[in-house]
Amino acid sequence: MLSVQGLKKSFGGIKAVDTSSLDVAGGGTVGVIGPNGAGKTTLFNLISGFDKPDNGAIIFDGENIAGKPSAEIARMGLIRTFQLSKALTRLTVVENMMLAPQVQYGERIWNVWLRPREVKQQEEANREKAISLLEFFGLLSKKDDYAGALSGGQKRLLEIARALMAEPKMLLLDEPFSGVNPTLTKKIVEYLKTLREEGMTFLVIEHDMHIIMQLSDFLYVLNKGKVIASGVPEEVRHNERVLDAYLG
Amino acid sequence: MIEYLITVVLIAAIYAIFSLGLNLEWGFTGLINFGHVAFMAIGAYTTVLLNLNGVAPFPSVIAGMALAGLCGGLLGIPALKLRADYLAIVTLGFAEIVRFILLNEEWLTRGPMGLHGYSRPFEDFISGDYNFFLLLLVLIVLVACYLMLEQLIKSPWGRVLKSIREDEDVPTSLGKNVLSYKIQALMLGSAIAGLAGAFLAFYLQYINPRNFMPMETFYAWIAVVVGGSGNNKGTILGAFILWGFFSGTRFAQGYLPLSPTQIGALRIMFIGLLLILIMMFKPEGLLGKKEELTLIG
Repeated sequence: MLSVQGLKKSFGGIKAVDTSSLDVAGGGTVGVIGPNGAGKTTLFNLISGFDKPDNGAIIFDGENIAGKPSAEIARMGLIRTFQLSKALTRLTVVENMMLAPQVQYGERIWNVWLRPREVKQQEEANREKAISLLEFFGLLSKKDDYAGALSGGQKRLLEIARALMAEPKMLLLDEPFSGVNPTLTKKIVEYLKTLREEGMTFLVIEHDMHIIMQLSDFLYVLNKGKVIASGVPEEVRHNERVLDAYLG
Repeated sequence: MIEYLITVVLIAAIYAIFSLGLNLEWGFTGLINFGHVAFMAIGAYTTVLLNLNGVAPFPSVIAGMALAGLCGGLLGIPALKLRADYLAIVTLGFAEIVRFILLNEEWLTRGPMGLHGYSRPFEDFISGDYNFFLLLLVLIVLVACYLMLEQLIKSPWGRVLKSIREDEDVPTSLGKNVLSYKIQALMLGSAIAGLAGAFLAFYLQYINPRNFMPMETFYAWIAVVVGGSGNNKGTILGAFILWGFFSGTRFAQGYLPLSPTQIGALRIMFIGLLLILIMMFKPEGLLGKKEELTLIG
């Protein structure tokens, strides 16, 4: 579903990303691990269009998306989350959710004034969908709270739930477990596994080896922008170069 | 006395409309517009110039709004692509450019002499106090603006604006074209300022560039902040307090042993004091929501 080929990005002479090849098959969960500063988030920014690559191709769903505007990439069904979760503070939880659906009549001024009935119908359908997703993620009791009043872990859940509201073909999760307590981490892992069984495709960045091993069916290990190892979790676990990068 | 009261409410209502436009941009979208008065000037001058050339008042007002909105959009396209604070500088500069064009292009605007002798809506049909009729008209327009804005703010469109205000990376990551929404907000806010400008012209019966000094923009900011950013009712309340106070102090002039210059300075001091007190005791604004200030991102 996603294929990265010869992707390069430098910041002031320092090669942040120099990834020869990285593939994600539909329906799978692929992990990207690596020590701090390995270029994981930059890789994500390039794939999601938040940064422009110097070189290379990113094929998503048969189309080269390298250098496209981020909103356009999102509209194609590739939705990302952020390392520091970005809840919309002064919007309620349910408003956060209802922002996400892609084609909303009510996002056009004239429709709001001239076609209020259609707008309202669609809003009600979206609200129902939001509520069932919030229920799945155990956030239903918070639906009318300000998102800024949630705990760090709850904001994380909200961000994943919000991304799902956009009906993505594939999700890019940037360290979905950072700053989340162990109990909630376990819960998020379970949610992600359930979603995968329903057919969702994931690319997940994580620096905690242990969690990512449980979650992924295939792993890429990044160091200094380059893929230094790849394979199923068992292989990667015993790879010497990986151990060096992490421990050395 | 009653005539005086009508004028006070009339002026406050015109500036309430003006401030609602700014609240859409700053309160809901987070755009820093320091040149809001430029669009009021464009609306006023377009209305008056068309009217002096034989166009009826209402089509002239519509044209004034349209041109103000268009200028807002055209200004936004380059400025909004830059970092947020550049919009503040660009709009501030634009407002002064507009004022200097009005001052210097005498063939069109008669410069500092200003324009007068234009007709006002339904002028021939009103036998009694015209200002009273204008007040009713302005109040209807104010209520209509308020209701239409409230409807927009509660719609998916308004939700996107608020999401831009909170953190524009989020709507971007969800596929919303953030630049397009910012331009729409700026166009609509500017068109509303243009509408206020047209009514200001109808009230004054004589306009000149001095009606559109940079300070007018900041009065609108005070109205928005005092009432509570992102709250349309608060903005209207703020505008009535501020312009009510301005007109009220003009009334007090006869009773105080001070010269008009001293009174003028005293007024600004009082406004400053009012702002400080509100920031100290009610930082969310008179009608703002306190809990919003305690949230962390």
